[in-house]
Amino acid sequence: MRRETMLNATLMLILLGFPLWAWSVDEPFLITLSTRAVIFAIAGVGLNFALGIGGLVSLGHAAFFGIGGYAMGILAYHAQTYTALAEWPVLIEGTKSMPVIWIVAIVASALVALGMGALSLRTTGVYFIMITLAFAQMFFYFTISWPTYGGEDGLSIYVRNGFPGLNTMDPIQFYAICYAWLVVVLFLVHRAAKAPFGLMLSAARQNGARVQAVGQVPYRLYLVAFTISGAITGLAGALFADLNRFVSPTMFSWQTSGEIMVFVILGGVGRIFGPVAGAALFILLEHVLGGLSEYWHVYLGAILLGVVLFARGGLFGLIAGREVAHD
Amino acid sequence: MTEPILKVEGISKAFGALQASKGITLDLRQGEIHALIGPNGAGKSTLIQQITGGLAPDAGRVVFGGQDVTTYSTAARARLGMARTFQISSLAMEYTVLQNVVLGALGARGGVFRFFRPVMKDKALLAVARDALAQVGLEEFERFRTSELSHGQRRQLEVAVALTLKPRAFLMDEPMAGLGAEGTQRLMGFLDGLRAQAPILLVEHDMDAVFALADRISVLVYGEIIATGTVEDIRANPLVRSAYLGEEDAEGVA
Repeated sequence: MRRETMLNATLMLILLGFPLWAWSVDEPFLITLSTRAVIFAIAGVGLNFALGIGGLVSLGHAAFFGIGGYAMGILAYHAQTYTALAEWPVLIEGTKSMPVIWIVAIVASALVALGMGALSLRTTGVYFIMITLAFAQMFFYFTISWPTYGGEDGLSIYVRNGFPGLNTMDPIQFYAICYAWLVVVLFLVHRAAKAPFGLMLSAARQNGARVQAVGQVPYRLYLVAFTISGAITGLAGALFADLNRFVSPTMFSWQTSGEIMVFVILGGVGRIFGPVAGAALFILLEHVLGGLSEYWHVYLGAILLGVVLFARGGLFGLIAGREVAHD
Repeated sequence: MTEPILKVEGISKAFGALQASKGITLDLRQGEIHALIGPNGAGKSTLIQQITGGLAPDAGRVVFGGQDVTTYSTAARARLGMARTFQISSLAMEYTVLQNVVLGALGARGGVFRFFRPVMKDKALLAVARDALAQVGLEEFERFRTSELSHGQRRQLEVAVALTLKPRAFLMDEPMAGLGAEGTQRLMGFLDGLRAQAPILLVEHDMDAVFALADRISVLVYGEIIATGTVEDIRANPLVRSAYLGEEDAEGVA
């Protein structure tokens, strides 16, 4: 077996075993910690689809994370207050059903990513970074100044949304849902990366002129990649809001975009499982270093510098070798 | 006589005060190798870019396969069968040799927006790709990473990718550059047979190769075509001799 495959398997087994162990010794806090790691991993896998395969350095993925969060928040808020979301032209009511919320979160963030991508993909390099950042900031300030859904204070949802046949308030059961989503997302992204789309998208990152010379348009590839990427990160946002039973404009902040990018860089850009390692390591550092000092971000910064300077392939590059496999 | 596959009609392009193309007219006929020669800075690359769609001409038209493609994108022209190779190898360097030719076959076939089936197990694409590799003699290198190839092998791979594009005409920008004597000989032999498959517009510095291969030659000097004709016409043309080949001895030019 290749080392990268083994690393992937180890990672997924740890993420399965650790929460089960925490459950058996009745440590719900550790399960919640694992849930955070898994949800962040999904967000990171989403960003990595655009960043790792397509080379699109987006500093605006907080926009999708937040839209997923607010999709959950707004729907659940209307359900818990028994008010309609819209009465005209058709009656739209809130919902406490997770599957419905997921679909809304995925569709909404995909549409926003499509619009955002259509405009920002006309630029490249540092301009693309700045435009995506600006879009996310627009959402941030908009939610802050929109009192209907809590404004700056955010929205609290009292009871976690429901999934048929499961008690979602039980940490290990909610964890199972998030872990299952991570597996599904990783599988689909892995297939897409090996499919015609992935081959052409990665080629566009490597050499745009080559892609045009074989009759394809890089812009279209990027736009589809950005849309899929946004949809995945939006799903993570909905799960994150359900984990906390709370949404606030913080989800839209540029720090959130930065953290998602940190998961990708820590784990290894372009590795399908990279963000999973990155998110797990991030949560671990946050927990361990955060216990030592409330200024733990200083240490995180030092580690990030070390990775960028000495281990460009992130954790995966260190352990599984530098070359990204293509076969 | 059949209609030329490619017609360049009165193309002009200026960059500020520099007139890079001055009313250039040329065509590419079925079954021929049409060489475009000219000293450095004559505007050959600018012309190629206007034919392939990288630059929009200020005036004039490009007609390909009977269609006016002047406003078409590079990708749209490629899909019509305009297969180009680059002056400086332009490949996906992280990919294997096989992946690069599959990329060409996929681009030409379409159906890029498919997300589930592994592309490297697509038998139809692999067959096209391996056939192209075999034609240029790279079949034993299919598992090599492109960045590991020698300069000459990359040039061969460029040609292989062009072969996968269902080509109706080839535009080759200095395919012999840096190949060495043996590589040049091999590529010349290959291009000689290739013209039957689709005609070639060949931009080339290697005069021996041009005189040996070309059915017709156009000479570009300071953005203008000063002569078009057979090898004998060009050798005998006094304008060409003074402007380009050097007056003493046209035969001796290497």
